Amino acid sequence: MWFTILSMGVVTFLIRLSFIIAWGKFEMPPLVRRSLRYVPPAVLSAIILPELLRPNSLPIDFSLGNARWIAGLVAALIAWRTRNALLTILIGMIVFWIISLVVK
Amino acid sequence: MNRSSFFSGIRAQLPILLGVAPFGMIYGVLARSAGLPPEIAQAMSSIVFAGSSQFIGTTLFRESAPFVVIVLTTFVVNLRHALYSASLAPYVESLSIRWKILMAYLLTDEGYAVGIARYQQLPPNENVGSPHYYYLGSAMALWTTWQLSTAIGVFFGAQVPASWGLDFALPITFIAIMIPALADRPSALAAVVAAVVALAAHDLNYKLGLIIAALSGIVAGLIAERFTPRRVEKVE
Repeated sequence: MWFTILSMGVVTFLIRLSFIIAWGKFEMPPLVRRSLRYVPPAVLSAIILPELLRPNSLPIDFSLGNARWIAGLVAALIAWRTRNALLTILIGMIVFWIISLVVK
Repeated sequence: MNRSSFFSGIRAQLPILLGVAPFGMIYGVLARSAGLPPEIAQAMSSIVFAGSSQFIGTTLFRESAPFVVIVLTTFVVNLRHALYSASLAPYVESLSIRWKILMAYLLTDEGYAVGIARYQQLPPNENVGSPHYYYLGSAMALWTTWQLSTAIGVFFGAQVPASWGLDFALPITFIAIMIPALADRPSALAAVVAAVVALAAHDLNYKLGLIIAALSGIVAGLIAERFTPRRVEKVE
């Protein structure tokens, strides 16, 4: 078990270190440089949306009974208008709890 | 200067920690209920330090998956960190190897998101010292929170009911990080395309869908760039 966990750690660390170390040792094509700008929005939204609409890998659930996407939408609007992370998380969770209670 | 950057990094991470802490607790609880000994559960948080792969690792341990499967799955699940690594690389090029190792060890979704926002305010060659301390502050705050929340989860074991929906704190936190970062139309398009592909490809194993979705989003952003008049980078 210890050996497995250590190996998981080493693999993860090497992935994280890969480009940080290799950068500058060779020329990065300009296309790659430009594409890096889109890493944060692309990765984050690819994590978020299935969490909101397909929890537990169910088919896409846009119904009002799914508290996740409604709370997510409210949170997104608040994040957009206020750019305040704390407010976004608090209100998002509160909306989620309220809807979950009502639906149940 | 470095000191104050370190602390503003911590401050920037504080609201995010609110979403990360419940997630760490859930991990601790799950790891215990999957039959992992407390010290193994805790060690995974400090050695691997990567939320989603820890969850999947826990599941695989419970199913007594073979060593190769666990390590390969970890590799695929954390492959997105290679993108983060590449994205940070030009900003940290001139740093010592010790710095690079420390930064790589601390590189997570949240640490990256908060750090890169700071780096992108400056052109790569003009950030001496302080933004690295900013990154360090935010990443160390995250690390500490992850260890403590894991410990709390491990300690309380199965006493936290699933009905609290604490796992929802994580996507909400990501929304709080991502939305303000959508600076222009190509970024927004990258997000939308990635989301659609992620939804469609969600059934693929081992987060392959996530990798494909992220790459699609990046390509969409690049294509959109060609049709958008070039804007001057915003410097705050």
